[in-house]
Amino acid sequence: MASASRQRLLGSLFVNGVLLLLVLLWTVPTLGIFVSSFRHRNDIQASGWWRLLPYRDWQTVRSINPRELGLDSTGVMEVEGVSGTFEQFQAGILTPEGERLTWIGNRRIGNVEVQEREWTVNWNFTMDNYRQVLGGQSFEFTRPDGTVQLVPGDNMSRAFLNSLAVSVPSTVIPILIAAFAAYAFAWMRFPGRRFLFVMVVALLVVPLQIALVPILRDYRALELNGTFLAIWLAHTGFGLALATYLLYNYISTLPRETMESAFIDGASHFTVFTRLVLPLSVPALASFAIFQFLWVWNDYLVALVFLGGNPEFELVTQRMAAIAGSRGSEWHLLTSGAFVSMVLPLIVFISLQRYFVRGLLAGSVKG
Amino acid sequence: MEYSVKPDQELTAGARVISFLGRMFVAVIIPLAAFFVLYRGFLFLRDSDAPRGIIALVAIVWGVGGVAGLYWIFNSLVERLPPAWAARLQPFVFVGPAMAILSWYLAVPTVRTFWISLFSRDGPPADLSLIGQITSDAFVGLSNYAAVFTEQLMLEAFRNNLLWIIFGSTTSVASGLLIAVLADRSKFEKVSKSMIFLPMAISFVGASIIWNFIYAFRPVGQTQIGLLNAVVTALGGQPHAWAQWVDISPFNNLFLIIIVIWLQAGYAMVLFSAALKGIPEELLEAGRIDGANEVQVFFRIMIPYIRGTVITVWTTVVIFTLKIFDVVWVMTGGQFGTHVIATQFYRQSFTNRNSGFGSAIAIALLIAVIPVMIYNLRQFREQEAF
Repeated sequence: MASASRQRLLGSLFVNGVLLLLVLLWTVPTLGIFVSSFRHRNDIQASGWWRLLPYRDWQTVRSINPRELGLDSTGVMEVEGVSGTFEQFQAGILTPEGERLTWIGNRRIGNVEVQEREWTVNWNFTMDNYRQVLGGQSFEFTRPDGTVQLVPGDNMSRAFLNSLAVSVPSTVIPILIAAFAAYAFAWMRFPGRRFLFVMVVALLVVPLQIALVPILRDYRALELNGTFLAIWLAHTGFGLALATYLLYNYISTLPRETMESAFIDGASHFTVFTRLVLPLSVPALASFAIFQFLWVWNDYLVALVFLGGNPEFELVTQRMAAIAGSRGSEWHLLTSGAFVSMVLPLIVFISLQRYFVRGLLAGSVKG
Repeated sequence: MEYSVKPDQELTAGARVISFLGRMFVAVIIPLAAFFVLYRGFLFLRDSDAPRGIIALVAIVWGVGGVAGLYWIFNSLVERLPPAWAARLQPFVFVGPAMAILSWYLAVPTVRTFWISLFSRDGPPADLSLIGQITSDAFVGLSNYAAVFTEQLMLEAFRNNLLWIIFGSTTSVASGLLIAVLADRSKFEKVSKSMIFLPMAISFVGASIIWNFIYAFRPVGQTQIGLLNAVVTALGGQPHAWAQWVDISPFNNLFLIIIVIWLQAGYAMVLFSAALKGIPEELLEAGRIDGANEVQVFFRIMIPYIRGTVITVWTTVVIFTLKIFDVVWVMTGGQFGTHVIATQFYRQSFTNRNSGFGSAIAIALLIAVIPVMIYNLRQFREQEAF
C-alpha cells in the first residue's frame, strides 16, 4: 500500500514537473519581451531582461577622486594597494579583498569607484518605449547624461487604428455573406446546390498564394490597390469558404420544427434568417468571428501585397516588420511595438477562448 | 411566403401601368441610390484626410452596413416579383454573393494563375486574343515549371519546406499530444493548457520578434542579451546568431521551425485533449487490469483510438507549414539558406516582378495540397445527408 501511494506521488510529481517545464518553455519567450518593453533602452542593450530576478552585481560603495590623490592618469597609478594603467582601471581591477576598483568617466574628470559584489535586482521600469513606438511626430528622449534627444515616433497608434479598420469589416462581412449562403444551402432547394457546395469544400484548402497575382492585376485595373475596400474583399474571399462550410454545419443542425412553424406562420426566408437563424447561430458566428479576426489582425502577406507601399495605410504587422527590418537591434522599440500589436488579439483570445476552442473542434482549418 | 397583391383583373389598365412603372422605378432607383451612396463612401475613404479614428469608424460602418444594406435591397426587390419567380430567384440572392466572391478570389484565379504561368515575366499580353497570346513571344509553355524544379534557390526552398514538414509537423503533433496527455493527469490542467494555447493569438511577425530576441547575438566577450546565448555562454559554449548560422546549414532552419512549433502546439493540444477525453474510461481500465503499463496504454489504446484526430491535426499542420511565409520573411528574408516555397513565390512575383515564374510556384503549391482536397471531397461524399 505504502509503495503504491509513493509511486502515485512520484508519478504526479513527474507529470506536473514535465508540464511545468513545458509551460515555462511556452511562456518565457513572451514574458521576455513583455518585461523588456518596460525597461530603459540602455538597460535592454546592456543586460538581459532576467535581471528582473535577483542577481549578484558590482555595487559602488564609495568613490575616490584620483586628482585629490595626485595621480597621473597617463602612467601607472596606485590606488588602495593595487596598481594599473588607466585602461586597466577602466576595465576594473580586482583587489585581494574581493573588491573591484573601476575608473568611471573620462581621463580628466573621472573617478575611481570601489565596488563590492552584492545581491541586487534591476527594477527600473519606464513607459518611454511605448510613448516612442506609439507616437507620431517626435518623441523627446532624455539620455542618462541629461542631454535631450529628439527621435521620430514610430506611428504604431496609426497602424493600430488601420488594423482595426481592416479587421472589423474583414471579420463581419464574410460572416454575413457566408451566413446567407449557409442558410440557402441548408434550408433552400435550388438547381446547382450540390455543385456549388462541392466547390466550397474543394476551395477549403486552396492556398491563397494562387490568387495574389491575378487579383493584384484586377485591383490595378479597378484602381483599388492600397484601399481598405481591396483588403476587405480579399480577406472576405479567402475566409469565405471556411466560413460557409462551418456555418452550414451549424445552421443545418437547427431544429426543423422551429423553422417549419415559422414558415407556416407566413414568415419569408429573409425574416426567418434574420429573426430566427442568426440569433440561434450566435455560438457558431462567434467562434468563426474570433478565428477570422485573429487571422486578419495577424496577417502579413495579404496586407503586404494589397496595401504595400502606402505608409498611410500600414497595419501593425507591416509596421512591426518594417521596424524589425530597418532597426532590428533597437529592442526597446521592437519589444514595446510587438506588445502593442499583440494586446488586442490577446484580449479577444483570452476573453473568448471558449468559443475559439469550440470553433477549432468544429474544424476551423483555413486553407 | 407572404405576398398579397390584389388580383390583376380588379385594377384598371391605367392603374396597372402606374403600378408597373412604380415597381420598375423602385427596382432601378433603389439599387442605383444604394450604389451611389456606397460609391461616395468609397471615395471619402480613399481620398479623405480626416483623422484616422474617424476614417476607421466610417470604414467600419460603410463596409458592414453596405453589405447588409445590399442584401436587404436585393431581397426586397426579389420579394416584389410574382411568387413563382421570387421562389426561384431568392436562393440566388442568398448564395449568389458568396459564390461570386469565392469564384473571383479563389476558383477562377487557379485557372488564371495557371494561364499566367505559361508566359514570361509580364504574363499574357492583355491586348491580344487567346490565340494571339499563345502565338506571341511571351508564351513560354512549361519552361517556367522546368525552372521551378531546377533553379538552385528553388531546390533549396523545396529542401527547406521538406525540413519544415518533417520537423515542424512531427514536433508540433508530438508536443501537442504530450501536453494533452500530461495535462489530462494534472491538477493544473486548465492553467497549463491556457498558457500553452496563448501563442495562437500572436502573429507570425510578433512571434518572429519574440524569438529573434531569444536568439539575439553579441560577439564573444560582450554581455549576451538573448536568452539562448546567455544560457549557452553560461554553460561554457560559444554564442551564435542561431537562425543566421550558415555553418550548420540547412539545420539553422530548425531555429525558425521552433517558432512555428511554439505557435502550433496549442492547436494540436486542444484537438488531442478533446479526443482523449472521448476515450471511454472502461477501455483504459480494462487495459490496465490486463497488466498494461501506462506507456502501453498510451500506444496500444489511446493512439489507435484517436487516430482520426491525429491524421486531421497532422494534415492541417503540414498544409500550414507548406505555406509558411511570414516567419522566414521577417527573420531572415530567405537569406542564409532559409528560403521556402512561399518566400520564393513572393520574391519572384512581387520583388522580381516575374509573374510567370511566381505563378508557376503558386501552382506547385496548389498541386501539393490537391491530395488533401481530394480527401476532403471524398469525406464529403460519404456524408449522405447533403
